[in-house]
This record gives sequence, C-alpha cells and structure tokens, in this order.
Amino acid sequence: MSIDHATVRRIARLARIAVAEAELPALADELGRVLALADALAAASDAHAVEPMAHPHAQALRWRDDVVSETDHADEWLALAPEARADLYVVPKVIE
Amino acid sequence: MSSSALNPQPAALGTWQAVIGLEIHAQLNTASKLFSGAATAYGAAPNRQAAALDVALPGTLPVPNRAARDKAIRFGLAIGARIAEQSIFARKNYFYPDLPKGYQISQYERPIVSDGRLPVRLDDGRVIEVAIQRAHLEEDAGKSLHDAFHAASGIDFNRAGVPLLEIVSAPVLHSAQEAVAYLRAVHTLVRWLGICDGNLQEGSFRCDANVSVRPAGSSVLGTRTEIKNVNSFRFVEKAIEYEIERQIRVLENGERVVQETRLYDAAHHRTRPLRGKEEAEDYRYFPDPDLPPIVVTAAEIEAIRATLSELPHARRRRYVETLGLPEADAAQLCADKATADYYEALCAARPGPAKPGADANPAGGREWAKLCANWVLGELAAALNAAELPIEATRVTAPALAGLLARLADGTISGRIAKEVFAAMWAGEGDAETIIAARGLAQISDDGALAAAIDAVLAEFPSQVQDYRRGNDKLLQFFVGQTMKRLRGQAHPQRLNALLREKLGSRAEGRGL
Repeated sequence: MSIDHATVRRIARLARIAVAEAELPALADELGRVLALADALAAASDAHAVEPMAHPHAQALRWRDDVVSETDHADEWLALAPEARADLYVVPKVIE
Repeated sequence: MSSSALNPQPAALGTWQAVIGLEIHAQLNTASKLFSGAATAYGAAPNRQAAALDVALPGTLPVPNRAARDKAIRFGLAIGARIAEQSIFARKNYFYPDLPKGYQISQYERPIVSDGRLPVRLDDGRVIEVAIQRAHLEEDAGKSLHDAFHAASGIDFNRAGVPLLEIVSAPVLHSAQEAVAYLRAVHTLVRWLGICDGNLQEGSFRCDANVSVRPAGSSVLGTRTEIKNVNSFRFVEKAIEYEIERQIRVLENGERVVQETRLYDAAHHRTRPLRGKEEAEDYRYFPDPDLPPIVVTAAEIEAIRATLSELPHARRRRYVETLGLPEADAAQLCADKATADYYEALCAARPGPAKPGADANPAGGREWAKLCANWVLGELAAALNAAELPIEATRVTAPALAGLLARLADGTISGRIAKEVFAAMWAGEGDAETIIAARGLAQISDDGALAAAIDAVLAEFPSQVQDYRRGNDKLLQFFVGQTMKRLRGQAHPQRLNALLREKLGSRAEGRGL
C-alpha cells in the first residue's frame, strides 16, 4: 500500500509533529513500507486463525484496591509547567 | 415525569422518522481514580487531586482500580449484558490541553460490557426495550477554564482520570420523549446499583445525543449530528426536539445534513455547530501497551451477581401485580432506590391494632399498600421537598409513619387529623400515639358519648328535626356538622352518621309518623 503526501501531512498534523515539505517523500516511502509489511501479514493464509493479540506478554492486569493513596504534590507539579497561575496550568486560549 | 403534553411532535414529522442514540457518561463513584490513587471528591481546590500520572509526568504507569471494573460489571449484569472474560484498554488519541498524555485511556474493540437491554417505561405507560450496544470503562479528561484569564485558558486536572462508564445505546429511539425516558431509566438504574451518584449539576451523569432523520419507512440511517453540552433532562429533550426539526427543515429545503458536533444553547433553544467531525473522529485507537488485557473470571462475575438486589423495573412490576398499585404510583416509588426501600419498610412495618376488639385487619393488604403509597408520594414527599431533604434524611422514619397510618386505617383518627399528627411528628413532637393522646385527637367512636352529643343537638334544633322528618333529607349534614362541632371534630364520621340516622328514624317511629 502506498501513501501519498497529503496523507503524511494529515498524520503529521494529528500527531502535532512539524514535518517540512522536503521530508514528505522519504516519510511517505517509509510509512508505505511499514504498511506493506502489515499487508503481507494480513495476506498470510493462516493469520485469520490466530486470536488478535492485545499485548505481547501473556499476562492479565494487576488491580489495586479503591483507596486514596496519593498525597498533594500540586505545588511541585505546577512548578514544572511553563506557566501556572492561581493553581491552574496556563495554556494559550483554547476556544471551541 | 416529562413534558410530552407540552411538546407535541412537529406536524412535519409525519413523513420523517427521527433516529436517536445516546452516549451516556456515568461517573463511577469510586474513592480513587481509574489509574491513580488520587481522590475523586468533587469540589476540591484546583489540581490538589491530580497525581503525577494524572498530569502525565514521564515515567508514570497506570494501575487500574478494581472497584471501577466491578461497578462496570454490576451495570452489565443489571442490563442482562455479556460480560467479556477478556477486554482491553485502548488509547484514543487526540490533542487537547486538558488531556496531557495526548490520549485518553478508553476501550474500543472488546468493551467490558456488550449487548444489554433495558426496559423503559414511557410517560403514556408503554414499556419499550432499549438495546444497549456496549458500556465501557474510560478515564475522564481535565477541565478547561476559558474565563479564568485574559487570552489564556486555565487547566484543572482534578477530574483527569476519574472513572467513567460510557453507556452506548443502539440507535433505536424515535422521539425526544423516548430518549429522555431512556436517559431517566439509566439514571435510576446507576443510582439504584450504587455505582454513580447521578448528579447532573456536578457532571457525574452526562449525555451526548446522536440524532438523525430519515424518510418514514426507510431502513437506511440518515447523516447524524452529535449534540453535546446538555446537562439536564429537560434540555436533552429540548435539544433533541430542536435538532430533529432543524434536520427536517434542512432536508425539506433540498439540502444535506452535515455530520458534525453541535452544542445546545439553552438560552436561545437552538443547537450550533461546534466542529466538523472528519478530523476529530480520527482517534487512531490502538491497544494500550501499558495495560495488559482485563481478565474477569466466571467466579468473579457470579460473586458480583450475588450482590444484586431486585432491579427497579422488577420492583415496579411487583408493586403493580402483587400490591395492586396504579402504574403511575409504582413508577414514582421506584424512581430511586431510597424511596422504594422506604416504601418497602413502611408496608412491612404495619403494627397490630391498638384497641382491643378492633378488627385485626381493618384494611386489606392492598388497601394498606395503597395508603402507604399515597402518604409516601403525598405528605412525606411534600415535607421532604419543603425541607429540601433527601428521603434518607427524613424526619419521620418508616416505622414511625406506619404507626400513624395504622391509627388512620383503624379509624382512631381521620385523614385530616392524620395530617396534623404527621406535621407534629415531622416537628419532632414524638410518635403518633403520643401526639394523638397528648392532643386528645382520637376520634370518638364510643356510641354512648356520640349518642349523648346527638341527643343534645336534636334537643337544641327541634324545628330542623321536624323538617327532616317531613322529608328534608339534606338536613342530615346539618346535624352531622352540629354534632361534630360539639365533639370538636373528633367524632368517627361513619359511626356518627349511622347513629344519627338511627336516632332520627327511631324517634319518628316512636311518634307514629
């Protein structure tokens, strides 16, 4: 499966990655080869008999009890942010 | 329950059929978050309940909360759904400042609950079965505050990571009224099961509606829009109604409905576009590599099933079929578990007769059940409303109210006096017996006392007695009134009537008239 430049641009935008026009051909080629590998797997005659794998390790989730175990570290975490005011993380205005 | 009478279907709907599916987000009432040990309590100061994981600091890993899983299973069992022995958490990728990881942990393929159904009673008494396609676990996002700062938004991550159960109905609802009835039924159920507090104002129960319209008789779904931002049952109903009418207008003008997310604006009763769906929809789900599959054993499912009590629709049916309550009473009593349980306790707390010789069962079981229903839905509900108290905080307990109703049922007091006694009980003056005795409110049904009063009245009004005996039957009420007045309203009305007729009649015979 081949990928066109418009698709690469769109994926880059969804992932919030800045991609220069000059990089598009190489990226399209690389992503196309990744998809070709997936196509090859899908085409393998016995692949459908295998249960889809959710996780590479054969293990189930470990659960914790419903207990509040966290203490308040708000000041430390807020201090890490580029900008914080009034105990809020501040970001450029987002308006829907 | 709702305003179907006030909101008639638009006339144009005749040639169109609305198709509605709801996505309900019920916040699971756990103490800690879905993947961190931070508290979930509502109303804390900003960011004080956000752990390193919730603000997505590097190096943190999610550890899931068993109680959230068990509450999801509880819901699944209550709607007769399939509980997946193995389900998986997936990452739903999108970019927004209140989602610091860049993805929400949710479920996509293999949700924990699928293929359930819920009986829903409509306002007109019809019951429909609504198919619930799935219910899955996911974490909530943080909260953006757009008005906090000039030219900047503030983010509070206290809500980030709070467990949600997203309940997705099939597109099987065909009017705003059906959608709201279903929404209310889910609201009742999650509170009944004790898995969600159902508080709409605080956002612990939210709903998005997918609405489309198609020509009546068609089996192809039309293009749908999604309405967000509705936080009351009334607004859900109005928003869906508006959206159905808008789509019909668009189609009848020969235009096409655009697939998009729309916000409901309650102030102007309209919906407006939020954003085009094409790009936002591209969530690039994939299984979360940080979280192995959720495995639930049959034994764990059975252990949860064993803790389920009678469900609201079953209880409603029992009240109608076994207790003989009217449908509307049963539905109102079963709207929340605390009320239904109070009613249950009240019915069961019927004390024995107080007076020797009184009929041990003066009212049949069904009459008692109906009397109890009347009082829970009438006097008690009014008192709770006035005091702005939930029924859990009632000042008159079920056994106490049973004591009062027993005196009403056996004729010790009248309905009017019972209300007075109830008010005194509510004010904390003691139990019914104490108040009746202290205020001398017991009805006089002793024939000797009644007869003496009647004789005095008949002696006082000889000309009226003559008129009555000449055939003016209406005067009986006059004698009843005068005797009641003499006895300060405490005469047992049926007994008084019978004695009066007897005396007026017997004298007449005595005089040979």
